[in-house]
Formats: sequence, C-alpha cells, structure tokens
Amino acid sequence: MNPIDLGFDLRDVITAVLVLLAALMCFAAGVGLIRFPDVLSRLHAATKPQILGIMAIVADVAVTNPSVGTITLAVAIIVFQSLTAPVSAHMVGRAAYRTNHFRRDILVLDELTAQSFEQAHAPREIPPIDQVKG
Amino acid sequence: MKARIASGLVPFLGLVLLWMLIWGEFTWLSLLTGVVLSLLVSVAFYLPAVALSGRLNILRALAFAGRLLVDIVLASLQIAWTAVNPRYRPSNAIIAVPLRTRSDLVMTFTAEAVSLVPGSIVLDVDRETATLYLHALNVRSVDDVPALKRSVLATERRLILAAGSADDLARLREAEAAGGSDAPGSVRREGGAA
Repeated sequence: MNPIDLGFDLRDVITAVLVLLAALMCFAAGVGLIRFPDVLSRLHAATKPQILGIMAIVADVAVTNPSVGTITLAVAIIVFQSLTAPVSAHMVGRAAYRTNHFRRDILVLDELTAQSFEQAHAPREIPPIDQVKG
Repeated sequence: MKARIASGLVPFLGLVLLWMLIWGEFTWLSLLTGVVLSLLVSVAFYLPAVALSGRLNILRALAFAGRLLVDIVLASLQIAWTAVNPRYRPSNAIIAVPLRTRSDLVMTFTAEAVSLVPGSIVLDVDRETATLYLHALNVRSVDDVPALKRSVLATERRLILAAGSADDLARLREAEAAGGSDAPGSVRREGGAA
C-alpha cells in the first residue's frame, strides 16, 4: 500500500488523532474511577470510555497496516469487546445492587425498589428458552 | 423445521466466520479447520437454540449500527468530561423501562446496546415482562427520566425494525398507535399475563 502523497504522511496524522483520542479516553476512565462516588458510578467510568478508546486504537492499527489479516482481526476485536464489556458491567452492577454496595442518597429515582425486585424475582413458571417450533 | 435448522446454522456459521477473521485469511484450510472446530465447540458447549426472527432488513441494521456508533462516541466524550469536570456533583437514577418486544434475542441486544453506550448499565432484567432496570449516570432530576426511557425505547425500535419478528413489529406499531411512546413506563404492566 502506497501512502497518498500530500507532502506529509496522512497516516501519521490519523495515528496522532486516534491514539490521542484513545489516550484521553483511558485517562478519563482512570480519573472517573477515582472521582466517582460509588461502585455503580465507577462502573460507568471503568467499562465505557475505553470502548471508544479501544475502537480508536484498533482502527488506527487497521489504517496504518491495512492488510486483510489486520482488518479482520480488528473487526473481531471490536465485536468481542462490544459484546463482552456490557456483560461484565452488568454482572458487577447486579452484584453491587443486591449487596447494597451503592449510595442511595445520590439517586434521584430508584425504580428497582424492593417491591418490584421481589415481584421480578418471585419463583414462577419460566417458559423454556427453546421456543423454536419447526 | 426450517426455523430450527436456521437457528442452529446461524451461530455455527458465525463461529466459522470468527475463526477465519482471527486467522485473517479466507482459505480452504481456515474454512475446513473452522468447520471442524465449530462442530466440536457446538457439541462440547451445547447451548439452547436461540429463536431467530427469520427477518433481517440490511438498511435498518446499518442505520442501527451507525446510530449506535454515534451514540458511543458522543456519550464517551460526555462521560469523559463528567469524570474530569471540576464541578462534578453525583446524581444518578435507577429506572425501569418496560420494552415492547417478547423476543429474548431482541431484549438481549437492546440491553447490550444500551449498556454499550456510556452512561447507562443494565442492572437487572425481568424477562417475563421484558423490563430492563438501568442505572443511569448524571440524571439531574426526575424530569430527565422520560427522555432517557424514550431513548432506550428508540434503540429497541431500531432493533425491531432491523431484525424483529413480525409479531414484535405488530406489537411495536400497536404500542405506538396507543401513544405508548409519549410516557413510557408511567403505566407499569402488571405481571405480563397478556
């Protein structure tokens, strides 16, 4: 792949922008992790801005080294990060809520109250997951 | 029968594709090893079949993906700013959003998409009434909540339009005709007996 001749290497500019963006996101995630007040808020900082960060870094690698192998791997990385990060955030958040490791005083509203929680988790007939009919 | 084959085949082909993506080459060798490994994995780690809707609108799916990307970028910047803002005052909310879909797959993907966008985490799910319980960052007052719920329902709407079943589409239309999108969640469904 020949770089486009603009007098400077366009890919260097793209690299600078994307890596800087990713670094800023990781930095903000770190600051948020310290500054946010409780587990649930910290989860937002710990799991989210780095999604954009990793997208930027992976996109940068794909742009600066555009071969089929790198691009397909980049796609796989982004897809799997996007699929798995919310799951881990969900599991930690759920555990934090159930064990009361969060601050109620900074909530303006809590619709997952004890009552709706009981209602949601009362034992009942759960339909089988496999509902595919031929 | 067709639906059953499709719902087994799609994840299988997904595994093969993933294998080829990781190797970064589309050759007969990677295809063959991919097929063998996918067979092994789907036999060894058997999962219940997922009910696919059998419908996919490519344009709507692209619109969904594009909108998701825009949301991720904007919200990431917003959360990053929140983290470093010297005058940050914590104010969060936990909200219940009753979805209109009855499909596990659409519900899961809505939860994934909503969680992926910074600022909201799915804390709990009530599968029977398809209700998502979200923790949202930076909710200044109760007045912000309806807009938040509308954005979750809009995500669900884009997903249903992209790949929901005909049943879900009809339910979506019905809910919108009934004005359900004006004040989602203000009337909580009881049980889900319907």
